[in-house]
Amino acid sequence: MSATLAKGINSFKDVIDAPIASFFSSCVHCGLCAEACLFYTETGDAKYTPIHKLEPLRRVWQQEYTLLGKLGKALGLSKPITDEELAEWEPLVYDSCTMCGRCAMVCPVGNDLTYMIRKMREGMSASGHAPADLVGATTRAVNLGSPMGIKWPAVLAQIKHVQDETGIEVPVEKSGVDYLVLMSSMEIINFPEYLSALSRIFKQAGVSWTLAQDAFEATNSGIQIGASDLAREIVSRIVIAAERLKVKCVISPECGHAFTALRWEGPNLMGKAYTFDVKHILEVLDELRSAGKLKTNGKDKRPLTYHDPCQIARRGGVIEQPRHILGDIAADFREMPDAGKMNWCCGGGGGVSANSRAEPLRLEVFKHKKGQIEATGVKTLVTACANCRIVMEESLEHYHMKVEVIGLTELLAEYLVEDKAL
Amino acid sequence: MKQANQQDSQLGTVGEGLEQRGVTRRDFLKFCTAITAMLALPPSMVEVMAAAISKAKRQSVIWLSFQECTGCTESITRSHSPTLENLIFDLISLDYHHTLQAASAEAAELSRTQSMKENEGKYLLIVDGSIPMGNPGYSTIAGMSNYDMLVETAKGAAAIVAVGTCATYGGIPKADPNPTGAVSVGDIIKDKPIINVPGCPPIPVVMTGVLAHFLTFGNIPELDNLGRPKSFYGETIHDRCYRRPFYDQGKFAQTFDDEAARKGWCLFKLGCKGPVTYNACATTKWNDGTSFPIQSGHGCIGCSEPNFWDAGPLYQALSMPASATTAMLGGAAAGAVITWHNRSIKSAAKAAHSKVTVQELTREEK
Amino acid sequence: MNHLDLLTFARGTALNWALVIFVLGITLRLFEIFGLGRKADLAKPRSNSCGNGWRTMFTRSLPPEGMLKREPVTYIAGYIFHVGLLAVIFLFAPHIEFFRSFFGFGWASLPSALVDALVVASILALGVLLAHRLNNPVKRMLSGFGDYLAWAATLLPLLTGYMAYHHLMFEYTLMLALHIFSVELLLVLLPFTKLFHTFSVFISRWYNGDIFGRKGVAS
Repeated sequence: MSATLAKGINSFKDVIDAPIASFFSSCVHCGLCAEACLFYTETGDAKYTPIHKLEPLRRVWQQEYTLLGKLGKALGLSKPITDEELAEWEPLVYDSCTMCGRCAMVCPVGNDLTYMIRKMREGMSASGHAPADLVGATTRAVNLGSPMGIKWPAVLAQIKHVQDETGIEVPVEKSGVDYLVLMSSMEIINFPEYLSALSRIFKQAGVSWTLAQDAFEATNSGIQIGASDLAREIVSRIVIAAERLKVKCVISPECGHAFTALRWEGPNLMGKAYTFDVKHILEVLDELRSAGKLKTNGKDKRPLTYHDPCQIARRGGVIEQPRHILGDIAADFREMPDAGKMNWCCGGGGGVSANSRAEPLRLEVFKHKKGQIEATGVKTLVTACANCRIVMEESLEHYHMKVEVIGLTELLAEYLVEDKAL
Repeated sequence: MKQANQQDSQLGTVGEGLEQRGVTRRDFLKFCTAITAMLALPPSMVEVMAAAISKAKRQSVIWLSFQECTGCTESITRSHSPTLENLIFDLISLDYHHTLQAASAEAAELSRTQSMKENEGKYLLIVDGSIPMGNPGYSTIAGMSNYDMLVETAKGAAAIVAVGTCATYGGIPKADPNPTGAVSVGDIIKDKPIINVPGCPPIPVVMTGVLAHFLTFGNIPELDNLGRPKSFYGETIHDRCYRRPFYDQGKFAQTFDDEAARKGWCLFKLGCKGPVTYNACATTKWNDGTSFPIQSGHGCIGCSEPNFWDAGPLYQALSMPASATTAMLGGAAAGAVITWHNRSIKSAAKAAHSKVTVQELTREEK
Repeated sequence: MNHLDLLTFARGTALNWALVIFVLGITLRLFEIFGLGRKADLAKPRSNSCGNGWRTMFTRSLPPEGMLKREPVTYIAGYIFHVGLLAVIFLFAPHIEFFRSFFGFGWASLPSALVDALVVASILALGVLLAHRLNNPVKRMLSGFGDYLAWAATLLPLLTGYMAYHHLMFEYTLMLALHIFSVELLLVLLPFTKLFHTFSVFISRWYNGDIFGRKGVAS
């Protein structure tokens, strides 16, 4: 079996629904979406206009689902979609769209272009027009359990390291606890601080939690590449583990698309509502804080700013929580312009960071974030997404900027009041 | 068709008749002018017409009445230009007409057959009323069915004038459910020129005008596709209605006694059929040019149109070619069809979807 | 056909058919959209109120922060012609008379001189938008025949209406007939071009507001 154009077109026909039909019907070609898109504003290249990235999908909608389009198709007036076109569109759909959703916030007629890009990627991947790196990552995620190829022993080593460092036991495979904790590959490999911070915080807050041996990876390459069948397979591991361990809530880690995959897409992929809640770690921390279970002492004197990960803030609804936490622990917190639901993307979301071909473009469009960071004058950048974090670290290095990037959870852990008696 | 002035010598010329009756040339020219104007002929034709009519022999006319109400005859007696007297005494020889002839019984029928024999191929046949085809007994004259009499009389006629909506299109007797199986003259007679002068009743001057035309020129006037003389039926009532400017301005009476009705605004919304009725009411008017229905405050009922009785309620506004509701229903129907089509495309796509595996993310040829 | 006949045709048969195509087309297009259906969202929403959609339907009429500065031409000229067009269509006394004859009720009108000024402003704004469409690389790339057709179909009623009102170029009756014909052209094209956004904008904005609203974000 292999990917074919026919499968791709078939997918396009399958995913087009009433919202997409209304979006294409409403578009007046005003081009304002371009002004909201990092890839256009930083390059000035018109081809990066968000609605233009959807042209093949629009044509399928028009030819298949509108009266005039059907007539045009029957009379041979409109050309069918070709492989060459999809190949031409591949970099537009995958390399120059992070699915950040900013265009969907400014479109005057209310088109959710990100919703459409996500659906369009179904057809792109089914027709074999997904970037090779994303195919590789997805293959690893499905076959090995993690897009970076990490297996349980690596996690086990991490657990041992954390236990040695903190002296706190990391619970594994515990049934009936409140929370199932997940991690992203990047946190396991690059940012072990996350797990250690979490175990300290949860110990103080008296929260019961666990890791699951067969469901530690939160990321979902199937969502990024746009293959729902694979995304379902990946997310089902977490759902099965959560149901097996009878947890009340699954905590999505500091990772943007993992939250989208698990929180918003998961139930729809599984075809049933969850029996448990899904929360982003920042939501959980803010809840504990509000309940008085989380006490901090002192404030960070460094000037710092917070980068809203798109999938956590604009497309996740977690906007106030990080600011509450930072209010407690940061003495000099400075907001970047457009912070919150109108934030600008780091340039590496939606699978772009996993796609080496897109690297030069990603670094170029980072100029916007670079300017924003420079304007605040901070040397410390806090965020809540391991992908944003690594993308920004690389980009800052590329531009020789001496700015440190840290995760909000670990920053919080630094100011945690720890009662050693516990 | 043969010229009228080559008529049988048995009848005197029109000019002689006029002289006998002491009609002055001045009066005669006035009459000719009126006819010329009515037929929409140029003024130069007045002299031609005067000469032609003076020399013309009086035209033999047989008038048959079938399933009718005598309204057409009533109407023609009110003709003012020419008057019926003018017509009968000066222009024609009315050889047979139930209502107007003095003779009765066998004598009456004899005058018909005699005239038919004497003027064979030359007499003009006028018919009012429809012909019952259901049962010959529905309407008979002197024991003869309407159908037989029509066929017999039409055979030797130079031309036939069907007057009234019954004779022209079947009229009220033909209205649903048409119990007598009524048909029009044109439904039966196919081999003679027929001039249709519809109306319930027709305008008197239109009837006399058509006769005058035949008499003057000896031929039938130019007809439209329904066999009506274009000079009288060329335009709709609406086209020539004095209330037309109100229609154009969108000023309509909503009820018969509202302010708009008192101001004489358009009666379209009260069911006036003027826009679809071809007749001369708005120009010639009735009763010596006194008035016509719309002028007296009532909408046109479209009586000179085929099947007018079955063409919807008299007081319901003419439906636009299609209303907003119809359009919406049409759109919904088309929408339902396209939705069904779209749904089938979508479910076919869903059915054709084979589960994507990681091997299927790449293409074999790559 | 003289001018009055032309006007009569424009006001009668032609208007009627244009309205039929308009209503039929709108209904058809709405079926086309809603007929495709939408799967129920099984993810537990932060806010499950359809109010999110309704709110976005209105709030999206305002420019998001910073956007006005990025694209002032599109926003300002766009506002002028949309507001102008709306006011001219619905608040010009003769038009209200037309609606009154149609629906049986009317409403207050704007002073004709003000409407006249709005028409001029709208025509100028449309001119600016066309120039912008031709010059801006993004707009130029996105534009096709349909965009220029929609532009012309929007301009013509404004232009012919202005000329009829001021007795320019042709005799009034003829100009008025042309004005009505141009409106009929607009009516016929509306359901089948991007002009359909007049209606679908409320649907797409609703979906946008709903999608974001379920995630707890006011879009």
